[in-house]
Amino acid sequence: MRKGILLVSLVALLVSLPTFVNAQCKQFAKKTCKVGLNPYQHDGNYHAALLIEGEEAELYKTFYSDTEYRVGVCGAGNLSDIEFRIVDSNGKVLYNNRYEDYEWKWDFRLESSQQLKIVVKVPVTDENITEPAEGCVAIMFGFKDD
Amino acid sequence: MNKKFPDSVKVLILLSLFLAAGVSGCNSGNKKAKDADAAEEEFITAMDDETQEKLQTAKRIFYSLPSPIETAKILQSAGATYDETLLNPIRNQSGYITNLDMALNLGIYTTDLSYASLFDQTQTTLNYIEVARNMADGLNILDAINESTIQRLEDNINNREIIIDIISETLLNSSSYLKERGLESTATIILVGGWVEGLYIATQLAGNEPIENNKIVERIVDQKLSVDFMINLLKEAADDPDAGKVLEDVMNLKATFDKIEINLGENTPVVDPETNVTTLKSSSSHNLTKPVFDELVNKVTIIRNSYIS
Repeated sequence: MRKGILLVSLVALLVSLPTFVNAQCKQFAKKTCKVGLNPYQHDGNYHAALLIEGEEAELYKTFYSDTEYRVGVCGAGNLSDIEFRIVDSNGKVLYNNRYEDYEWKWDFRLESSQQLKIVVKVPVTDENITEPAEGCVAIMFGFKDD
Repeated sequence: MNKKFPDSVKVLILLSLFLAAGVSGCNSGNKKAKDADAAEEEFITAMDDETQEKLQTAKRIFYSLPSPIETAKILQSAGATYDETLLNPIRNQSGYITNLDMALNLGIYTTDLSYASLFDQTQTTLNYIEVARNMADGLNILDAINESTIQRLEDNINNREIIIDIISETLLNSSSYLKERGLESTATIILVGGWVEGLYIATQLAGNEPIENNKIVERIVDQKLSVDFMINLLKEAADDPDAGKVLEDVMNLKATFDKIEINLGENTPVVDPETNVTTLKSSSSHNLTKPVFDELVNKVTIIRNSYIS
């Protein structure tokens, strides 16, 4: 009987684990990244994922003219500075935070509405490490009238 | 073989499993693959060129769709006026029984709610947050909109900034709740519903005005830029029949949007040293014609009305 209870508990625990760790990611995104968007209004969208050192992710979004945006890319404390660059549909790099001391946010406005790509990378801190760091990375957007 | 673990050991096992999960931080689809292949993980730790290449090929792609708040804000900044007759009537809510209806109309009502709040329609805002809550409850999105949300909204009903912030918070809660449970397709359907409602309001407001030099029409044309993202997200959820139905509608709209060609000139980033805000200087043009616009208005109206009926 006890074995059964233990087994059920373990299964329940394992099933709930992804929810638990994702909830942590949400709290991180809300408390760390969203707050930093102020005075821009967060758009309500949620983009966060677990990345490991050396891993890259891309996010595509349409941005509108006559609107000022803040894009924020936040990494959990155990990760090094997160690198991100903004690329237009012609492949032109419009911003790279590597040249801005890994600034976590970028404020911009557009004269023409267009699709942009945000390329996020967790840099490798030490090539000889045995266990690469892994943590939550959130990408959030805020906007305000131009 | 029958040796039993003492209760304290069982508790310790459970606790360590839980803590291990906590330390690992946030989860993602990628983690499953990583755990499934421990050998590859060891290979990754070496971080040589080949591994880096592997990480590149496993690159994750995300698409961000316009949220109901963004859609309403874009309408407002284009000079839209407020017309309550364009909203999905509250009385329709009782007819939404299926998950698809509730997801689409959660998006639709949230866009209506955002639109009303941006134009300081306090009573409508309160009424529509209640309906949005009912839709969220119907989808079992727990606590996305709860009693304290409603109370906070009532307490700040004359503060537009706080109201928009509350709506943004409820969207984030709904979206994260669904994604945490692998229900990305429902999250996408909510956003598509909201987007269709925004497009419907915009096309109705543009009405029979000339399409030339019309800022609302410009905003409608801009929506072409998000259609492919929507299609990609819906295709990713191909195993969900609801997503398949919505995909058909978006493909139908795409067929008309494809008749519009948008030409974008080269971007030149210029930084304002005082504000540190970059302006992406560029020019763009499109070839929208009245027949294509009318076709779009017609399609959007049919699709939107099918969602709310």
